[in-house]
Amino acid sequence: MAAATRTARVGAARLGLVGRKLLSAVIVLWGSATAAFVAQASLPGDRATVILNIRAGQAVERTSTELAQINAQYGLQDPLVQQYFRYLRGLLVGDLGVSYQQYRPVTQIIGEQLAPTIILTLTTIVLAWIIMIFWVTLTAGRGRRISGIGSFVDTVTAGLPHYWLGIILLLVFALGLGWFPVIGGSGIQGLFLPALTLAIPLAGFMGQATRTEFENSLEQPFVLSARMRGMGDLGVRLRHVLRHSALPAVTLSGWALGATISGAVIVETVFTRAGIGKVLTTAVNTQDLPVVTGVVVLIAALYVIANLVVDAIYILIDPRLTSA
Amino acid sequence: MTTVIDLDRGGAGETGETATRERTGALIVSGLTVAFVRNGQQHPVVHDLSFELARGACVAIVGESGSGKSVTARALVGLTGAGSVVRSDSLLLDEQDISALSPRAWRSIRGRRIGFIQQDALVSLDPLRPVGKEIEEALRLHGWGTRATRARKAVDLLQSVGVPLPERRAKQRPDELSGGLRQRALIASALALDPELIIADEPTTALDVTVQAQVLALLEETKARGVSIVLISHDLSVVAQLADTILVMRGGHIVEQGDARQVLEHPRHEYTRSLIAAVPSEETRGRHLGPDFEITATPHPEQIAEDLRDYDGPVLEATGLVKRFPLPGGSSQLAVNGVTFSLGRGETLGIVGESGSGKSTTGRIALALTAPDAGEVRLLGQDWSSIPESRRRRLRSRISVVYQDPLSSFDPRWNTERILLDAVPDDAYPTAEAKRGRVRELVAQVGLPEELLQRFPLRLSGGQRQRIAIARALAPSPSVIVLDEAVSALDVSIQAQILDLLTELQKQLGVSYLFISHDLGVISHLSDRVLVMKDGGVVEHGTVEQIFHNPQHAYTQQLIASLPSLDADPHRDTIRR
Repeated sequence: MAAATRTARVGAARLGLVGRKLLSAVIVLWGSATAAFVAQASLPGDRATVILNIRAGQAVERTSTELAQINAQYGLQDPLVQQYFRYLRGLLVGDLGVSYQQYRPVTQIIGEQLAPTIILTLTTIVLAWIIMIFWVTLTAGRGRRISGIGSFVDTVTAGLPHYWLGIILLLVFALGLGWFPVIGGSGIQGLFLPALTLAIPLAGFMGQATRTEFENSLEQPFVLSARMRGMGDLGVRLRHVLRHSALPAVTLSGWALGATISGAVIVETVFTRAGIGKVLTTAVNTQDLPVVTGVVVLIAALYVIANLVVDAIYILIDPRLTSA
Repeated sequence: MTTVIDLDRGGAGETGETATRERTGALIVSGLTVAFVRNGQQHPVVHDLSFELARGACVAIVGESGSGKSVTARALVGLTGAGSVVRSDSLLLDEQDISALSPRAWRSIRGRRIGFIQQDALVSLDPLRPVGKEIEEALRLHGWGTRATRARKAVDLLQSVGVPLPERRAKQRPDELSGGLRQRALIASALALDPELIIADEPTTALDVTVQAQVLALLEETKARGVSIVLISHDLSVVAQLADTILVMRGGHIVEQGDARQVLEHPRHEYTRSLIAAVPSEETRGRHLGPDFEITATPHPEQIAEDLRDYDGPVLEATGLVKRFPLPGGSSQLAVNGVTFSLGRGETLGIVGESGSGKSTTGRIALALTAPDAGEVRLLGQDWSSIPESRRRRLRSRISVVYQDPLSSFDPRWNTERILLDAVPDDAYPTAEAKRGRVRELVAQVGLPEELLQRFPLRLSGGQRQRIAIARALAPSPSVIVLDEAVSALDVSIQAQILDLLTELQKQLGVSYLFISHDLGVISHLSDRVLVMKDGGVVEHGTVEQIFHNPQHAYTQQLIASLPSLDADPHRDTIRR
């Protein structure tokens, strides 16, 4: 009886927690969508003229008949509030508007380019974890000299610019050794170097965050207990210590999921890959505002999802957090 | 509790080499020396230690912090850590030399032939994993059984060390178990492969006294099964029950070594005698535990004395205190339930109870740091808990507090002088010169040299820190000092000095103590009257004589019975549970 009511109460508390998380997610999305709309509306110049110029590819004065048609098509003469609600309603049903330049729905443009970017991002995070775990397990808490080298490498790699790193990797592994294609294909082979370019600095960041906690955990009594049971050093590091020091790296991974998508443009350029990054830069350069807005809302949504996933992984790693 | 852990000795992990030799757990250590290398220099921490341990016997290594006892324990399993140099003439386990084993050979011995128990399983078991998994790990590492049989075995082991509902407990994490249950789980993981030698490093430190008695009984049972035990402790009364031989260590040297009864009853070395004399108990009331010393305490400044002259009722009075804390999920826990007491001038009231009994919350309510849900506290006959903090401030200097760990209550960037200056009240000591004079008085009162004033708290020893904490509490010349586990983290000889200091200060200043502790020995040594708390309520209240000689409540009786004493009785035939 008591156990049942307790379970029910814990269940209710958990439901409340999930509800709060979802509510805050919705608020974040609404906020970013509104910010994107406000930015779009407050740009200088007549919007209809801008749209026509984008389409024509040249800046000239437009006649009022030309403008009237565009104004009617996009509802540009309506009061701003009305435009805002129309925009929100569009978001709710998944309609992000039509690109000024390509005459196609924004959702379609993003949808085509989303998959390569998501694959790149996830591969990056997996690679970064592998590099980080390998390097930290190898060097953390192994005397002053080796630990020093370990954290020095963390700091240096964390500071490497993607642009430079990408070109170096391309020169060495694609042009020099010929192990990977120079122009990124869609296959796994073409994925590796771009993902590595993004993963190395990320692994450095995560290593910096993990190392201190890793070294602290190595000093904990439960580590001694495990060794007293006959466990070897590597076993202790992988089975006990890693879990205790993984939380900061999980947080960083959530951030990286969002940041990589918006920051992928350099890598996509260097390796001539398709992706959201390229869509965004093109759209910004040509003032194709519906596309810009769409990408901004998408990135916000991905950040929100990433944070929800991070929260869930937190509890998997440290079950004590459920009761806190 | 009579279940014997049955183990197929020739299990999967057994190597042919050891299977042929009889495993007895006999250990011979001779000339063990451990040093740590720092900046290219060797700093020895254990000097030339030798002892012999026969099958089914127990040798106890007793010493204070820094004596090298834990390092000795780790040297016996080859885990002294980085930068250590271990030398020995011989280190024989069952006549096999284990002094120069390869790391792999060591791993096969640890956990299988030597089990190791550390203190406080909350941190000695991986806090993120269920305890059952930790026990299974001990089995897995030595190739015992399959995943399914290991899981079953873990449950059996938990049951054999007296854990009720072992299936459920095996799935719980250390923080979900009580102190006693998780210490049992830790012991189960050390006993998993039925080792012939157990090394227990402070196995009962941080445990409540009743739980300590249970854990010692469990070790005693293990010993009776023929397992040899090396017991490491700072507490002579803990080892008195179990040890056949006692080694007393100080500064890395053995100062005395011999039969347990002889060491306890007729100690030869002066240090052993001082250690035994330093153990507080009811018999030591009114006499000094440590070496003699002299202090001159300064009485109340005139102004404060004036305020108090007309009042000679109880300095602190609590009636019907109740405090609830909300729990996650909407329920609440009754931390303090109907606590009533009064504290006279120059008197010591001891509040004793195990962890979670509500004694510290009672102390916080007395200090008006926590507001009670019901009941009230009066200080010097005036409203105290019931008035707003702004009106309380006038009386704040009449009551002060000393905690277990003073370091966390000192600003690490302030030196000792600044810490004390900050505590000297402005109204009684208006000028900077007067304040500095008061600070010098205070350090002298707690028996510290003035040079210490320039040091930072991190550079002070534990005993010095606690003296500074007492000096700070004395700064405003309070009428009441709340001492919340104030000597619990100290080595026994340092604890003796601090207790002597407290007694002397009370004699000279007439200050009253509300002394909160889990340690019955300390309580009986210092208190005039005692309040026994359990689950938030007061189960018994009386003078020290009443509580310790004629306890009425069953819980008090159980507490007193659990109290380990120095009188080792080798013919004990009943195991206290």
